[in-house]
Amino acid sequence: MKTVFKKPESLTDAKFHYCPGCTHGIIHRLIAECLDELKIREQTIGICPVGCSVLAYEYFNCDMLEAAHGRAPAIATAMKRLLPDRYLFTYQGDGDLASIGMGEIVHASLRGEKITVIFVNNTLYGMTGGQMAPTTLLGQVTTTSPYGRSKDWEGYPAKMAELLAQNEGSAYICRTAVNDPPNVVKTKRAIKKALQTQARGLGFSMVEVLSTCPTNWGLSPVEAMKWVEENMIPYYPLGEFKVKEEK
Amino acid sequence: MKKVLMKGNEALAEGALIAGCRGFFGYPITPSSEIAEYMARKLPKIGGAFIQAESELAAINMIYGGSSTGTRVMTASSGPGISLKQEGISFISDAELPCLIVNVSRGGPGLGGIQPSQADYFQATRGGGHGDYRIIVLAPSSSQEMMDLAILAFELADKYRTPVMIMAEGTLGNLMEPVIVREAVTEFPDKPWVTTGCVGRKPNVINTLHLSQEELEGRNRHLTEKYRMISENEKRAESFLLDDAEIVVVAFGLLARIIKKSVMEARKKGVKAGLIRPVTLWPFPDEHIQAVSRTARIILSVEINMGQMVEDIRLAAGGKIPVEFYGRIGFTPNPEEITRQLLFIAEREGLL
Repeated sequence: MKTVFKKPESLTDAKFHYCPGCTHGIIHRLIAECLDELKIREQTIGICPVGCSVLAYEYFNCDMLEAAHGRAPAIATAMKRLLPDRYLFTYQGDGDLASIGMGEIVHASLRGEKITVIFVNNTLYGMTGGQMAPTTLLGQVTTTSPYGRSKDWEGYPAKMAELLAQNEGSAYICRTAVNDPPNVVKTKRAIKKALQTQARGLGFSMVEVLSTCPTNWGLSPVEAMKWVEENMIPYYPLGEFKVKEEK
Repeated sequence: MKKVLMKGNEALAEGALIAGCRGFFGYPITPSSEIAEYMARKLPKIGGAFIQAESELAAINMIYGGSSTGTRVMTASSGPGISLKQEGISFISDAELPCLIVNVSRGGPGLGGIQPSQADYFQATRGGGHGDYRIIVLAPSSSQEMMDLAILAFELADKYRTPVMIMAEGTLGNLMEPVIVREAVTEFPDKPWVTTGCVGRKPNVINTLHLSQEELEGRNRHLTEKYRMISENEKRAESFLLDDAEIVVVAFGLLARIIKKSVMEARKKGVKAGLIRPVTLWPFPDEHIQAVSRTARIILSVEINMGQMVEDIRLAAGGKIPVEFYGRIGFTPNPEEITRQLLFIAEREGLL
């Protein structure tokens, strides 16, 4: 019998702990497929964050580290400098990357660190129970913005892809979503391009992936996909924000 | 053997290079910056990595990453910066990543001052960050020891898979003295636990999350057993004129070296004084204290703080002998000041 579909070698057999309808699973699989297709599983070291994906070290079948909250880019920086022929990726949520880790991500980009960041934006802190994140949309209700995020009190949501694209050290910055099959395909393409950017030594690369949190949004998985399209994509436009072709 | 005039900070940095350190990640702060500057000049020329991090937080996490590659790595800072690193030191301790952390100390609390200090003794010897852990703390007293203890620090760090801290007063970092430059270390232990890409082996994971009660308790028991072994094997102290000593001074760092002169001067005036200089602040050399508790009349702890090591001395002495304290802030007492204190105690106790 011909095998037409199988689990990527770059994923372990551990069962994901994610909630129904959460898109971490899709994003994990896309990264693993890229590592398989580029044949770099054994040359890759992944660093997972504090947040819902804190256990990602159990899911990726490559060398993995678990970082302190927000510090994955600093860890990846030192590792890449000492192991320049290896592939380093960080996997970070929006609280991790855009709030407590804002310093680390901006400076990794400014220095043009040759690492790949997978930034999963679901507009709130999932693991701790749905608190406001820097990416929470205006008007969005969370447990710590119970009257809806207001521009006057909580300020504006952070557009990380646009922000980091300004830095000379950034070589590839893209925002994608995984709310429908075409976007899933585009996300995989972007992750592969980011890893290839790293391989070519062009500089810092990041793919921001718009994700879902049905549990904390209080929506069904299908409604959550729709919510991404109707509420997130208008504020967080999809596309490539920086593509550097040479050093 | 080459003898070179070196600042303490430079001797320490050179010692780290001799020990095979190939990664330095730090953030500028007085009075430690010469270490970073030395590494910035040297490391790129020998295939190492020097990064001036954007913050102390980033620097200590670069140590986490750097050590995970199996490379000998270090950072250096001073009190306020060491405070910022504590989260990372806690993570590094649980992940059992060997590294050297240097605290060229200044006074606190707060921004404090840039004068010499030993006020970070509690912070250094009690782990410093969250959770149950300890780190080895070494206290050099000369430029030569800045070099030699840097070499020892990397050896101990690899042997026990633990961070090692060198704590030196700012004055020692900036003191220039002749140093015998040691031979380069050429033998390094295997590190099968590194995360360098899993070519030809199963993937390795470096992690500090232990969600189940059993796993967390097991982890803590494992670390505690390691700390017990370190306590058993690695206590170090210098004894000076203890045989007939009635008044024993306990002091560490450059201060202890200065107090040797006080002890000799006091002896000329008929006071049977001696000195214990802890070289490891953790593990604390309590056997040395216990030994003099049986033979001497009084112990005097002299520190550049308001009384921190004195608590460990009292614990070790177990109430068998009075333990007094003499401290200054932002200032290394000159030999005469401590001699006067010794004479004062001797007279009061009828030991003259």
